[in-house]
Amino acid sequence: MAHDNKYAYTIEGKMALPYQYFAGATSSKFIVALRDEKKILAVQGKQSGLTYVPPRQVCDRTFEHLEDNWVEVKDTGVVTNFTVIRYEEPYQPMKPPFVIALIKLDGADTPIAHLVSCDDVGDVAIGMRVKAVFAEEAVNTILEIQHFVAE
Amino acid sequence: MGKRVAICAVAQTKYESNKWQQRMQGLVWEVVKDVKEQVGLGFGPREIESSVTCSDDLFDARTISDNAITDVVGAHFQGEEKVAADGSQAVYYAVSQILSGHHDVVLLAGHCKESQGASRNQVTHLAFDPFFTRPIGLDYLAAAGLQARAYMAASGVTDEQLADVVVRSRQWAAKNPLANAQDAVTREDVMASPMVADPIREGHVYPVSDGAIAMILASEERAQELCDNPVWITGLGNCYDTFYLGERELEGNFSLSKAAERAYKMAGVTDPKAELDVVEIADQYAYQQAQVAEGLGLCGAGEGGAWLEAGGPDAQNVNRSGGMLAGNPLLMGGLARVAECVLQLQGEAGDRQVAGAKRAVAQGSTGPAGQLQTVVVLEN
Repeated sequence: MAHDNKYAYTIEGKMALPYQYFAGATSSKFIVALRDEKKILAVQGKQSGLTYVPPRQVCDRTFEHLEDNWVEVKDTGVVTNFTVIRYEEPYQPMKPPFVIALIKLDGADTPIAHLVSCDDVGDVAIGMRVKAVFAEEAVNTILEIQHFVAE
Repeated sequence: MGKRVAICAVAQTKYESNKWQQRMQGLVWEVVKDVKEQVGLGFGPREIESSVTCSDDLFDARTISDNAITDVVGAHFQGEEKVAADGSQAVYYAVSQILSGHHDVVLLAGHCKESQGASRNQVTHLAFDPFFTRPIGLDYLAAAGLQARAYMAASGVTDEQLADVVVRSRQWAAKNPLANAQDAVTREDVMASPMVADPIREGHVYPVSDGAIAMILASEERAQELCDNPVWITGLGNCYDTFYLGERELEGNFSLSKAAERAYKMAGVTDPKAELDVVEIADQYAYQQAQVAEGLGLCGAGEGGAWLEAGGPDAQNVNRSGGMLAGNPLLMGGLARVAECVLQLQGEAGDRQVAGAKRAVAQGSTGPAGQLQTVVVLEN
């Protein structure tokens, strides 16, 4: 729409704030293991009986501390839900169309949100078995797993 | 509730996709001036004593977004509190100020301009944490895509039914002079619209919208002086679900059921299927109309598909305003629902009036895939 500057002068702005996000001890341990050992760690609740990925310090259901109760889960799992992203935004890690899925790793109870890379997005289905592909260069986020592919 | 709180006046701007000619301050003043005139009050002791505002730093692209509007909400020299969540939460906050005995008359003013950022998705993307969820490109639309797939499978909701939800929204929006998306669409139009986050189609998504809302809330004693037709807030409830999408039952209504249970208990609603005359649902995406209907107890869990098929939205007077699908910005989605309930209970809803409406419920949500849910019961 053409803006009439009598009513609305505009300037082009951009919000940008260089910022150092802290992962905290629990998440740091998870990311370092992912980055340096290609291992996927989880925390287990003794009371809830649940194995959580991503890990957290305290269970929000039972309030028990979890940060000393680590287990390793597999780098394979099953797609429990997915969506195909068909719109473009600058923050997206892949070129649309791409798949964001919930993936229950073998040994974990809580599905993790992640990317599934495939030749045709139509191939992705609930129940599909997938395997993690680790990043070649350190990124220090969950993208230490670059994406998942069909097992 | 021990004491009673009423909404005495409501004003909304016209909702539009790009209100470029108005600054946010202008939008807010338009509605604040309107409600002040309705009740004949200025700012100060025994007048409007306090303000609750609702806005978002990222949509306004300045932090402490409320400091841009303090003058137009009368906050110079008196109190103002900001809620950076859906406006239904701001109603909760204003009610608390009155029930706590701090104030008798509170102004509520909310605004959001979705049009000014490069995209709405870029704002909602930043609701995600920087280590685990933001890197994979999540935003509210992507989260809704995941929820829609889970919900549609669990409740047997079809693509045809979602199209019909949109068709019906537009039909009612045509009777709502303030609605944004008023153009008629057909089932075929919606079903031919491209997928954006499967199974969500472009036609299922609420349009980018700008708008503002103001209300005057008052204690029982003052409400009777300020207006002839106070609408009483008889029940309120809210509840947050957990953050990670993989840990929620996305197809269910964990937080909404609890919020509704709390609000209904306070209001004495025992059978929501029979005891609500008007229902307003903040359906950002078409599937949410049925999912929220389940959460509000308009039908059983898992029955959303059957409820749509049986004409539940018409039978239970759901979203005669056109709903959020007809275009309210984020933050104003739930507040616009409260506003419509007030109009209905005052008999001021024009061509969409539910005759003899006595009790209404409004729902709003904040966060990805309806993480925080707020339910407000209103009566005349």
